[in-house]
Amino acid sequence: MLQRCEACGAFAYPAREACPACLSAGLAFVDAPRRGALLAETTARVPSDVYFRERAPWRIGLVKMDCGPTMVAHLHADCVEGAPVLMSFQLDKSGQAVAFARPEGETPNMADDRQWREMTADPKFRRVLVTNGRSVIGQEAVAALKAAGAKTVFVGVAEPWRPFGGEQLLRGQQGIEVVTLDASDEKSATDLAADIGGKVDILVNTTEYVRPGGLLDRRGTSTARDEIDQAYLGFINLAQAFGPAMRMRGADGTNSSAAWVNILSVYALANWPAFGAYSASQAACLSLSHCLRAELRPGGVKVMNLFTGPVDTEWFQTVPPPKVAPRAVAQAIVSGLRGGLEEMYVGDVAEEIRQRLAANPKALERELDK
Amino acid sequence: MRNSLRTPYDGIVMAAPVTIPYARYSIESAQWWIGRALSALVARAGIKASDIDGLCVSSFTMGTDSGIGLTQHLGLCVRWLDTIPLGGASAIAALRKAARAVQAHDADIVACVAGDTNHVDSFRLTLENFSRFNQDAVYPYGAGGANASFALIARNYMRTYGVTREDVGRIAVTQRANALRNPHALMKTPLTIEQYLAARPISDPIHLFDCVMPCAGAEAFLVMRDDTAASLGLPAARLLSTIERHNAFADDPMQLRGGWAMDVGELYAMAGVKPDDLDTVQTYDDYPVITMMQFEDLGFCNKGEGAAFVRQHDLTIDGDFPHNTSGGQLSVGQAGAAGAYLGLVEGLRQVLGEAGPTQVKGAKLGLASGFGMINYDRGLASGAVIFAGPGR
Ligand SMILES: [Zn+2]
Repeated sequence: MLQRCEACGAFAYPAREACPACLSAGLAFVDAPRRGALLAETTARVPSDVYFRERAPWRIGLVKMDCGPTMVAHLHADCVEGAPVLMSFQLDKSGQAVAFARPEGETPNMADDRQWREMTADPKFRRVLVTNGRSVIGQEAVAALKAAGAKTVFVGVAEPWRPFGGEQLLRGQQGIEVVTLDASDEKSATDLAADIGGKVDILVNTTEYVRPGGLLDRRGTSTARDEIDQAYLGFINLAQAFGPAMRMRGADGTNSSAAWVNILSVYALANWPAFGAYSASQAACLSLSHCLRAELRPGGVKVMNLFTGPVDTEWFQTVPPPKVAPRAVAQAIVSGLRGGLEEMYVGDVAEEIRQRLAANPKALERELDK
Repeated sequence: MRNSLRTPYDGIVMAAPVTIPYARYSIESAQWWIGRALSALVARAGIKASDIDGLCVSSFTMGTDSGIGLTQHLGLCVRWLDTIPLGGASAIAALRKAARAVQAHDADIVACVAGDTNHVDSFRLTLENFSRFNQDAVYPYGAGGANASFALIARNYMRTYGVTREDVGRIAVTQRANALRNPHALMKTPLTIEQYLAARPISDPIHLFDCVMPCAGAEAFLVMRDDTAASLGLPAARLLSTIERHNAFADDPMQLRGGWAMDVGELYAMAGVKPDDLDTVQTYDDYPVITMMQFEDLGFCNKGEGAAFVRQHDLTIDGDFPHNTSGGQLSVGQAGAAGAYLGLVEGLRQVLGEAGPTQVKGAKLGLASGFGMINYDRGLASGAVIFAGPGR
């Protein structure tokens, strides 16, 4: 995303209030062509900034974009002066969007670059905790993370002696460890954190608790209480058990903690009355995730929220398609971590709600009422 | 022969060049350093503070005090006031404005002064507040501080013209030799080309002796008409010509030349002199590679021949091209905005015959240049001035 002048079409960087080509004030952020050429590079060996000093030597360069502007960028190790590069904005450990230049073509082990990994939360070589292995999403997440090169995937299962569908996918597999975890139980979360808390680089919160219904068609608060217990208080239990160690280990060299992932319903953003109380529990979790993001930021640990529409699982059976396949959610987790993103929208429903919310929130509210 | 459409600076002079000796760190404020410089100006010129009716100030570390706050702070009552935040181009910009003010009789005696302190954490604070473009486009890259930005410029320049570190090092090494004759220079030990080459890398190809040392200090001079100087019995240098340029060559993908290249013809035409006529040259040396660029852009050699130029000339005080005779910022220290003044003030001392241990014999005609405001990918401001001592 770069600014582009609506009057003359010139691209501008860094962000400014008037076009340097024609002085128009109409500058909008648009997806800019990502190709450029590396003009010059330098290796900063004693940067003034403490963060970079700890990571020195650190390579940066000046990139001339094909679309016009020049930009300072963090460099992938395979970038060569004079050669084309592809630019992207990445969120650094402080949550700021920074320019990153990669070689135009694929190079061997491209994702393993030290400076690239500093900007992302690639599961490769990392240890991951998936909090709920009883769900299909949880099981798909374990498989996708393992396939992406995670060193160890811990997978939480409540009352693991009770059999469950898909159990064979988790047990006896190289690099997958089933651990006892009931996120809604404070003691269970604390016990597990005491055991593996120092080894969790990425936590994927796959807690799901979906029940239909809004307010007037329900009696009493018992279902709502369960929704809050499982999703909201479960989130708090996990955060309090695992968050402090993750925050402390954010700068721990190669085995640093990197990210916390929440899978949230897109109806956290706009209430869907058919699942109205559930939507509210998800909104509470979303709000809490922003608090967690702020609290983990000093440690350089990212919080990624993955918004989905109805997933193709038991509790959404009565909902007509389109629905999101659990595997698509799992793949989105991996690609979001690889890109170092803070937000992802999975599936057509989630994407549509994102766009309509930005365009006209009142119209969306009325629409969801149908 | 003078050849310019601009109004000549007839009868405009500079007097009383003043340097308050630098200190690596200072617990005093910028206001203290500026106050010392004004006090020295008054003493040097044999005037009262109340005779100063114009003031032009540059400082990075003055905090929330404005120029007008400073008049009250220092007890000055002026009828012309300016503050110039142009970094290394501030001295030349200040001189240009002051010259026109006294020429038009808007003021009679203008004090141009720059001063900065250097607390232990000043550097970081300056960096964080430098410019919005810098905050957006440089700071998140670990490249706060000019080193990495200049490293990119230096690397591109050196590759383009086949310049080696040894070529660039000649500038740093000869300036150190000059500095050893200046008792106020912070660098007091000789520097060999071997030591220069073996220094630790800071941000390739910038190594330790390519960098200036931040410090505290102040510099100042007076601008007035020649009749005022004569009535005060003050030796004064005549202003012959000036140039100033901002955001030049914005379409150059990387900086290989500064704004001087755009205006150099005007600089010599207005002064009616040739580059060969100059007795001393004081360039803005925040990095020696920027000095090499100035040798080209100020017309001492062609573009791309800067390295050959420094190989063919002796840049020391007694050499055939006396350059940065005080030792320059590289060896004296960079006292914030006073760094912009250092070359001009030393150049004035040279043509007035007041330079003492660094005096170039018979120096009459001087040039000083400035360069400032590195803004994520290039230095934006440039300027230069030519002046003549009595008897030329
Ligand atoms: Zn425009």
